[in-house]
Amino acid sequence: MSLDPGTAPLLGARRFLTRETVGDHGRTLHRVDDSEWDAFYRDRWRYDKVVRSTHGVNCTGSCSWNVFVKDGLITWEHQATDYPTTGPDTPDYEPRGCPRGASFSWYEYSPSRVRHPYLRGVLAEMFREARQRLGDPVAAWAEIVETPLKARAYKAQRGRGGFVRASWDEAIELMAAAHVYTVKAYGPDRVVGFSPIPAMSMASFAAGTRYHALLGGTLLSFYDWYADLPIASPQIWGDQTDVPEAGDWWNSTYLMMWGSNIPVTRTPDAHFLTEARYKGTKVVAVSPDYADNVKFADDWLAPHPGTDGALAMAMGHVILTEFFRDREVPYFTDYVRRYTDLPFLVTIVDGKADRFLTAADLGHEDGEHKTVLIDQAGDLRVPHGSLGYRYSEPGQWNLDLGDVVPALGIDSDEAIEIEMARFDIGDTEGGTTIRRGVPVRRVGEHLVTTVFDLVMAQYGVRRGDLPGDWPAGYDDADSPNTPAWQERITGVDAKLAARIGREFARNAERSNGRSMIVLGAGANQWFHSDMTYRAFISLVTLTGCQGVNGGGWAHYVGQEKARPITGQQHMSFAFDWQRPMRHQASTPFWYLHTDQWRYERVPADELASPLGSGRFKGMAFADTVAAAQRMGWSPGHPFFNRNPLDLAAEAAEAGKPVQQYVVESLRDGSLTPVAEDPDDPANFPRCLTLWRANLLGSSGKGNEYFMRHLLGVEGTATATECGAGERPRDVTWRDEAPVGKLDLLTTMDFRMTNTGLHSDLVLPAATWYEKHDISTTDMHPFVHAFSPAVPPPGDAHTDYDTFLALADKVSELAVVHLGTRTDVLAAPLQHDTPDELAMPGGRVRDWKFGECEPVPGRTMPKLIEIERDYTLIGRKMRTVGPLMEKLGTTTKAITVDVKAEVAYLKHQNGVIDGRPSLATADRMCEAILSFSGTTNGRVARAGFEELEKRTGRRFTDLIEGHETDRVTFQQTQEAPQPVFTSPEWSGSEKGGRRYSPFTINVERLKPWHTVTGRQHFFVEHDWVAELGEQLPAFRPPLNMARHFGRPGDAVDGGVTVRFLTPHAKWSIHSMYHDNELMLALSRGGPVIWMSVPDAAKIGVRDNEWIEAHNRNGVVVARAVVSHRMPEGTVFQYHSPERTVNVPKAEKSGRRGGYHNSMTRLLIKPTHLAGGHAQLTYAFNYYGPIGSQRDEITVIRRRTQEVEY
Amino acid sequence: MRIRAQVAMVMNLDKCIGCHTCSVTCKQTWTNREGTEYVWFNNVETKPGIGYPKHYEDQDRWKGGWKLDGKGRLVLRGGGRVKRLSRIFANPDLPSIDDYYEPATFDKDILVNAPAGLKDTPVKQPYSALTGEPMAITWGANWEDSLGGDTFDQDPNLKNLTEKVTFEFEKTFMFHLPRICEHCLNPACVSACPSGAMYKREEDGIVLVDQDRCRGWRMCVSACPYKKVYVNHATGKAEKCTLCFPRIEAGQPTICSETCVGRLRYLGILWYDEDAVLAAASVGDEDLLDAQRAVFLDPFDETVQRAARDAGHPQEWIEAAQASPVWRLISEYRIALPLHPEYRTLPMVWYVPPLSPVLDAAGAAGRDDTNADDIFHTIDDLRIPVEYLASLFTAGDTAAAGGVLMKLAAMRAYMRARTLDGTVAQELLDGIGMTGEQVEAMYRLLAIAKYDERYVIPAAHRAQAAALDGLGGCSLDGEGGPGMGGSGAVPVTITTGRSR
Repeated sequence: MSLDPGTAPLLGARRFLTRETVGDHGRTLHRVDDSEWDAFYRDRWRYDKVVRSTHGVNCTGSCSWNVFVKDGLITWEHQATDYPTTGPDTPDYEPRGCPRGASFSWYEYSPSRVRHPYLRGVLAEMFREARQRLGDPVAAWAEIVETPLKARAYKAQRGRGGFVRASWDEAIELMAAAHVYTVKAYGPDRVVGFSPIPAMSMASFAAGTRYHALLGGTLLSFYDWYADLPIASPQIWGDQTDVPEAGDWWNSTYLMMWGSNIPVTRTPDAHFLTEARYKGTKVVAVSPDYADNVKFADDWLAPHPGTDGALAMAMGHVILTEFFRDREVPYFTDYVRRYTDLPFLVTIVDGKADRFLTAADLGHEDGEHKTVLIDQAGDLRVPHGSLGYRYSEPGQWNLDLGDVVPALGIDSDEAIEIEMARFDIGDTEGGTTIRRGVPVRRVGEHLVTTVFDLVMAQYGVRRGDLPGDWPAGYDDADSPNTPAWQERITGVDAKLAARIGREFARNAERSNGRSMIVLGAGANQWFHSDMTYRAFISLVTLTGCQGVNGGGWAHYVGQEKARPITGQQHMSFAFDWQRPMRHQASTPFWYLHTDQWRYERVPADELASPLGSGRFKGMAFADTVAAAQRMGWSPGHPFFNRNPLDLAAEAAEAGKPVQQYVVESLRDGSLTPVAEDPDDPANFPRCLTLWRANLLGSSGKGNEYFMRHLLGVEGTATATECGAGERPRDVTWRDEAPVGKLDLLTTMDFRMTNTGLHSDLVLPAATWYEKHDISTTDMHPFVHAFSPAVPPPGDAHTDYDTFLALADKVSELAVVHLGTRTDVLAAPLQHDTPDELAMPGGRVRDWKFGECEPVPGRTMPKLIEIERDYTLIGRKMRTVGPLMEKLGTTTKAITVDVKAEVAYLKHQNGVIDGRPSLATADRMCEAILSFSGTTNGRVARAGFEELEKRTGRRFTDLIEGHETDRVTFQQTQEAPQPVFTSPEWSGSEKGGRRYSPFTINVERLKPWHTVTGRQHFFVEHDWVAELGEQLPAFRPPLNMARHFGRPGDAVDGGVTVRFLTPHAKWSIHSMYHDNELMLALSRGGPVIWMSVPDAAKIGVRDNEWIEAHNRNGVVVARAVVSHRMPEGTVFQYHSPERTVNVPKAEKSGRRGGYHNSMTRLLIKPTHLAGGHAQLTYAFNYYGPIGSQRDEITVIRRRTQEVEY
Repeated sequence: MRIRAQVAMVMNLDKCIGCHTCSVTCKQTWTNREGTEYVWFNNVETKPGIGYPKHYEDQDRWKGGWKLDGKGRLVLRGGGRVKRLSRIFANPDLPSIDDYYEPATFDKDILVNAPAGLKDTPVKQPYSALTGEPMAITWGANWEDSLGGDTFDQDPNLKNLTEKVTFEFEKTFMFHLPRICEHCLNPACVSACPSGAMYKREEDGIVLVDQDRCRGWRMCVSACPYKKVYVNHATGKAEKCTLCFPRIEAGQPTICSETCVGRLRYLGILWYDEDAVLAAASVGDEDLLDAQRAVFLDPFDETVQRAARDAGHPQEWIEAAQASPVWRLISEYRIALPLHPEYRTLPMVWYVPPLSPVLDAAGAAGRDDTNADDIFHTIDDLRIPVEYLASLFTAGDTAAAGGVLMKLAAMRAYMRARTLDGTVAQELLDGIGMTGEQVEAMYRLLAIAKYDERYVIPAAHRAQAAALDGLGGCSLDGEGGPGMGGSGAVPVTITTGRSR
């Protein structure tokens, strides 16, 4: 042990230095700092203040951040670590954040920051000239948009540069003039707003939605549009989405990650997963690729993309066989009897399951919505808790079975074969059928069986000598739902699939329900995701995991729970001034108004099962949209082909009540629904305002159709319109497709996105470090604040202040142009109201074809008059309106008197016009917090009291100790604040418990909001039956090649692959894609990940340029070649935008597109089905999803020379 | 025994989610400025892979760290003083910018200010942040992330694997490796610096570059086998991770630790014997791990505590060393391992290797299906070859690497029995030679890991540094001190007059 002096280090030279020591043999220099040279680093660490804020991006993080400010500039941000503890035996929530959030401050001073209003130059010139000449901005706007040459001139320039700066006042005036003109000329419902996910910044959301509500404008949904909404959730639970907080993963002892890449998409919560493993939790990953989460898993199942439903069905087959047929597990049996529809009776008609047997069938009065079961003694029983008890019989809407012990199956010698749907084979998407037997019993004129018997048959679990076509065993690959059958479809080893299903159930048995499935967009955003999800959810309901801490489904896709939901909704939608507002489902809206329906080659009955009655024959998807709207199931805004402000006056002139006048006019055809003629210029959406959104750079499925028809710019779609035989039956076809429907596209943003580039007007917005707001999520139980670290630069304003300014200007212009008018709204039948009782049994009757009378609120939309004084919009924006005292608040049918909160707010916020002030965003936050039970114990208590009256069960103890507590906005600025248990949600958080949905239902016997009051396996509705989807089943991805032809391998020297768009590591949707830190850590621009074999087929090496195209458009990107990708599938991570490093495409000669250039909307009619029980409409609760996963594309190597 | 304190870090790779938040918060705070565009004091690599800069682990190429010469003496791999002085103006062992990556910028306002009448939407294209010229991006700070690209098989750790690793779908493996400066006990960079600009702080062992003294010779860049010293191309001086010393001094964790959302970093102090360092660095490869562990002094040992007190360390430090999670992970549970101990720098950032429990998707099918309660695979089924981990963390000792994995796997199974049934699986404890109490304490430290348990950093740091001033011995006063030519004693210290 020595050092060779000849090769010794150089330290000897420093021996004369002071305060230093050199280690043995001159290796190491030790030194005590003099704090002189290191001043640079010390100074760099110095800062003047730290401000708590967060990021209002559409992710589920809701992470609290400390923003550091030095010399008036934001320098960087670090995660806050002061979340209230989860207790000594659970990991805490600190820190929360991800690399994307950590890079946000880059935007503050980025060159793409929008600091001033920008107006398209050609429009600015025209407006300034006309404004000057005519002296009235409204007249100026009218002249421009009604002069075809002028309108064409500026619309054609969208997306082509040429912005000029406008002053703030001019920008607001132009926008207000456009809105006022549109209200006056076409109707307020032609003024459309879009902004997603209120939870991520509630005051900012509320500012714009409140404006649109007061105007009578149309507000577009986001959750269904993003295909994040799991339609199965309302179908099964009558609830939009309710999921465990991330901390509850810790309580699970068997955790499956199914299509959810937790480290990438749930970054701040991933540690609960890694940590739970140490407690002995088994972790399973189901993912088509070797995703980042797979490395944490004990087992990895890699099904082919989109086949997850088959895998889940096979697991269900194993569970039903081993834990229900071969052996009875008391925990499971007891659970499904109490909490699911399995024991309930279903009628069988013509050898097919039809609908629930009801007390009406037994001759009971008012029994149409009271479902029936048989108890173990064999007697028919009508238990409490079904829909029929909800609105009319106080104290009886509960799950208390009393002395009733439900029988799961029919105990009978009689059995019949019935037809059941299968979709894995067949000539159409509707598949074919298989005959399997169920035991039956006769009740009066009805032949009935139980849902359990149907489920056993559907899953192919043979019992005794029931007739029909049954699998021989697990290894029978031909008979649906066996492990071997799924292996053929998914590629997952049959034994492994069976084993995981078995382990999942066995763990649930041992732990009383602590098996969990974490679900993500990967499994969700398919066209048939509802069916896939029903197969997933069956696994957790069969095994008694739902409503249990540590168990159940955990769907984390796009929905961030606005925990103070009552305040948020009432303030956002101006329910303090008027009820309702025009809530519109986005998918059918854009399907019609971007004319994607004109390219539809799939007829509606292509999806229909042979089990159906053929009701969709000859119909296009556009026809199903029109039908659902006119029957009052799905909202249609705008609804009438005339200005709804004129209808009341017309009715008065005709001397008729408005309702009668409208019904008669619709019936005689003098008034038609917009959905039946969307290309009539009278029916165009005219003004679209986007805030907190990047519709044309992120979520706009069918991007190239938006470009062409909505905006009037060239798109790269090559699809042709449908021919004469393919056109809709009821929707008018106009030979000339409209181009450039929209008159004014306004975007409010702090950065220039693809949406901004295509907008006529871009308003500069404050960033998330420049405003007051509040944030919550479903992932954690806290409310915390946005706070301004610096003021907005230049002309930038907060969304809140921008909409106030706009409302003021509209009110000013309204004095001359609008005054007070009566608006007529056509509103759909509403969920969680007695509207749910409109269609017993889900029987469909269309008044248009004389199947019934048009009765508003029953067979057609409700017709509601609202008086609007347009000169007062600005004032109404600024105060809490009088309906709060008059009507109170209503959430999920629980009404609470909030006079006390109005009084409180008068003191807390101050008054304007004698009403509580909402003049600033922080006051709005205060109001939201005050009106909500989660943040105001008094409100929660009052809500529970109401629920006690309804159910006859005890709930108020859940808020005990917090009855007088409230969370104030100031507290949320100090630190994240935990919320209270409240009837607004379904889980108990009493005593620091982790949130898990439906624990209140399970523990307190509160019914679900469904027809039986239980969790559903069987969904009744004629349209659902038509598609063969009454029971869980596997529906494969759509066969795009069959419907639209292969995009073409041979021709292009490419390879045809499935085109998936999972959520990205380096961005949250389009946000952060353009951030230089994220660009440095990724590949510096858009990429497409592909497998080694696929890359070899087209001779592409890593990082070479490739092009993807199909009939809908073209994408240019670099290839990332990786052996973690399965052959036959490529990924373009969600929303790369096209503002950074996107060259021109060879294929089109135009700028390369982004992931939605590959997509076009398709409508699933069951998502329109409404008017009945849990299928009635609510905003972001039900409606066709804008799915995009089923698409295919051809990928080819392109010239490596690129041109920008 | 010469006792010194070292602020050390352990990262539990089994928890690392590869999110790179640490990289971003570090860069935003420290290297977000001209001259350091390409510099990531903290970076995260995907393994297998060649890393950042490319092939940094290949010491045949870069000549970093130390080696034993023919006579068993410890020498810098890059050569001794004469050799390095002769190359001072032309260092052949220096990575070029292409070995890191050419940083791109998109920093133009074209989106807002594009002229009218374009045929297409405007777009931001990449320009070199160094030259301002348009560029094509062909490599980056994290090019191989999540197994992207085709460079994995060049990972030098794969060279000695007896079992061939196939880079095929369903057979692959991956984990993330976050890296900062190792703040080594035997830092090659410090030894190689001709200017004496690099030093280890007396009080806490943080390795720093004195910016006033650095002359930009870049010998440190070559000598560091981890390539964690960088050249600021604007100042021409070396810069590196400072272990956030302004924060450490205030008792706060480093930024990379505090912002680690995977909660996998642990910070604490270790006592070590400076006199034992050279010997530990000079043993054969097979003994390196144990020798390095042996340098650390047991904070519960009364002689150690007395020595620390005698050396001027306050009571708070003595207690902090006992509460140190780093000590527990390295020395008590012995589940943390050094990165490439064969570089012989005695790195002070240690790693719990990834358990990565899954076996390949195809192989899972062959298991015994009769027992649905037998849910975990044995570590023989592990996806990551133990030899690969041994190459990274134990200088090839597979038994040592495998032993850590056994402990982690046994802990999971033990805790499952505790959680589900409340039973004690004694056979599991016997297998790993730990008590139930120890396993449960280890479980709490790894899983529940509250903030105050992850980071145990004593305050009053600067004052203590001053107290240590003058106490440190200087070995150069001995005859035959290396590089001294036997020139005799020099003053140990000179008082600076700064208040103590």
